[in-house]
Amino acid sequence: MNCNSTTKNYYRTEKLPHIWCPGCGHGTLLNAVVRAIEKLGLNKDEVVVVSGIGCSSRAPGYLDFNTLHTTHGRALAFATGIKFANPKLHVIVIMGDGDSSAIGGNHLIHAARRNIDLTTIVFNNNIYGMTGGQYSPTTPYGDFATTSAYGNIEKPFDLCSLAQGAGSTYVGRGTAYHTRLMQNLVEKAIQNKGFSFVEGLSICPTYYGRKNKKGDAFEMHTFYKENCVDIKVAEKDPEKGKNKILIGEFHSCPKPEYTESYQVIIDRFQGMGV
Amino acid sequence: MSNKKYKLLQGNEACVEGALAAGMRFFAGYPITPSTEIAEISSQRLPLIGGKFIQMEDELASMAAIIGASLTGLKSMTATSGPGFSLMQENIGYAAITETPCVIVNVQRGGPSTGLPTSPAQGDVMQAKWGTHGDHPVVALTPNSVQETYEYTVKAFNIAEKYRTPVILLMDETVGHMREKMIIKDPSEIEVINRKKPNCKPIEYIAFKPDKDMVPPMAAFGEGYRYHVTGLVHDETGFPTNNNEVAENLIRRLVEKIEKNIEDFSYYEEYRLEDAEVVIVAYGGVSRSAKYAVDELRKKNIKAGMFRPITIWPFLEKQIREVGLRAKEIYVAEMNLGQYFLEVERVAGKYCSVKKINKVNGELMTPDEIINSIGGNI
Repeated sequence: MNCNSTTKNYYRTEKLPHIWCPGCGHGTLLNAVVRAIEKLGLNKDEVVVVSGIGCSSRAPGYLDFNTLHTTHGRALAFATGIKFANPKLHVIVIMGDGDSSAIGGNHLIHAARRNIDLTTIVFNNNIYGMTGGQYSPTTPYGDFATTSAYGNIEKPFDLCSLAQGAGSTYVGRGTAYHTRLMQNLVEKAIQNKGFSFVEGLSICPTYYGRKNKKGDAFEMHTFYKENCVDIKVAEKDPEKGKNKILIGEFHSCPKPEYTESYQVIIDRFQGMGV
Repeated sequence: MSNKKYKLLQGNEACVEGALAAGMRFFAGYPITPSTEIAEISSQRLPLIGGKFIQMEDELASMAAIIGASLTGLKSMTATSGPGFSLMQENIGYAAITETPCVIVNVQRGGPSTGLPTSPAQGDVMQAKWGTHGDHPVVALTPNSVQETYEYTVKAFNIAEKYRTPVILLMDETVGHMREKMIIKDPSEIEVINRKKPNCKPIEYIAFKPDKDMVPPMAAFGEGYRYHVTGLVHDETGFPTNNNEVAENLIRRLVEKIEKNIEDFSYYEEYRLEDAEVVIVAYGGVSRSAKYAVDELRKKNIKAGMFRPITIWPFLEKQIREVGLRAKEIYVAEMNLGQYFLEVERVAGKYCSVKKINKVNGELMTPDEIINSIGGNI
């Protein structure tokens, strides 16, 4: 992991090196998250980073905040308890694709529906990496994994559409190649008072890449470079977006936030009828 | 001046009264019969005192949310019944290994699966101990009246806070839904224990380093003690490790901090045990019938008595051994097919005969059923 002199302050450097494989995109995505936090100047004592289980979920251990590595799929439910109990805290949730949308899919749609002020970041590498390369809900149709030896016959989720459909008030997608975009999206997501969802397309050369002959890390990054189009560009010229991966800010529409709505109830009824 | 209040309440209502008296400020739950009143009343009462209530999407999430809230320093509880209790097991284990105080109420109903949703049962006794995977500490308390539900909900919070452990209040539908006169105590008469906080500087804080009592002081997220919490086996700093010695020491400490302190929370009732030759062991709703049965058996010149564990886990080995040494026969009466019986037989079986009286049809076991089971054997 390449941490420059300023972001170093946000890492538990004594916990490095990290466990991620050579070429993994997660470190780059994590650094974008840290740069966003740095840019916003958040007080480290007031930041909580929550994760579930999987490769991505090891990220909080390397960060010098209040950090919580929870059970598989449940990160958002733990984060809901934290944020609701103490709304002053900035709660950032880092999950993987399987973690957030298979075992944790129900928690994702309900946290989004409540519009509770959580910043959710999914490191999507299209595979279960930690357990050795099984297909996930974002593995493309027809692709190979250790549990789809003859090609995946399930259709993948578009995580951003899922989050937006469920009620997320800020939605965007970056990649491990488009790091500056990723950082900007995370910054805006943290600033959005409500449920924010940022998908970071990662790369997994070890399992997804190898199983699907996608080449090494360089080639997988090059794929993102050549095949991602910002939504603004695609909106102006739909031809440019054709058969490409859309990235950028997809949705920003503030709505009443859960903990603030609850505070209105407390303010109105506190002290009555006790 | 004491400010007690007399009330006519359900067990489930009394549970909320006890929780609030103990300092509960956070409740997360999912509707399920026969525990739902606990969520409903919590939703009404908590905002009145600045507390928080949230209805989560399921019981997995409810359990997760109360752990999250507890990590910020709030006393937290959830309430459920069998099917929901099954879903909570995953994160009960997480609370145990991360030493996060919380209270889980299980108002037992008939099982397995959806079972008998509106009927009493005591089929979750072993699940309360072994429901989550791996060796782990468990404290479970079983009240048998509305008053006790109030009092032992307070104690459940106190044990959770003192020992940094999940505590299960194992009720049953009978106790949850019956109405009785009870006393709401003056706050000055209620002992409330709060978790130990670190008194060192944040830089010196070693999050999972236990004191001599085997319990590490607990900082809340947001207080300046930035630390790591994981469900993986971890060392004293809270970070994961595969070190075999650290793993062994952690798991042993988690279990021992409860088992070695059992005297601190060994709650039980002895009824007419002094000269008893026939002892009924019963708990929760069934113990009400058992007590009546003891009196009836005494009228028939049978020297009967009752031992009633309130602390159902850890097992009250010392007390049950004494009962076994003094009695000729023990009957374990319970609304399952003999779960607590297994433990009683293990400990008392070498001293006296241990038999079981069981019922799983969804009706409360009656005094007559207990009397007839015993009478037929004498």
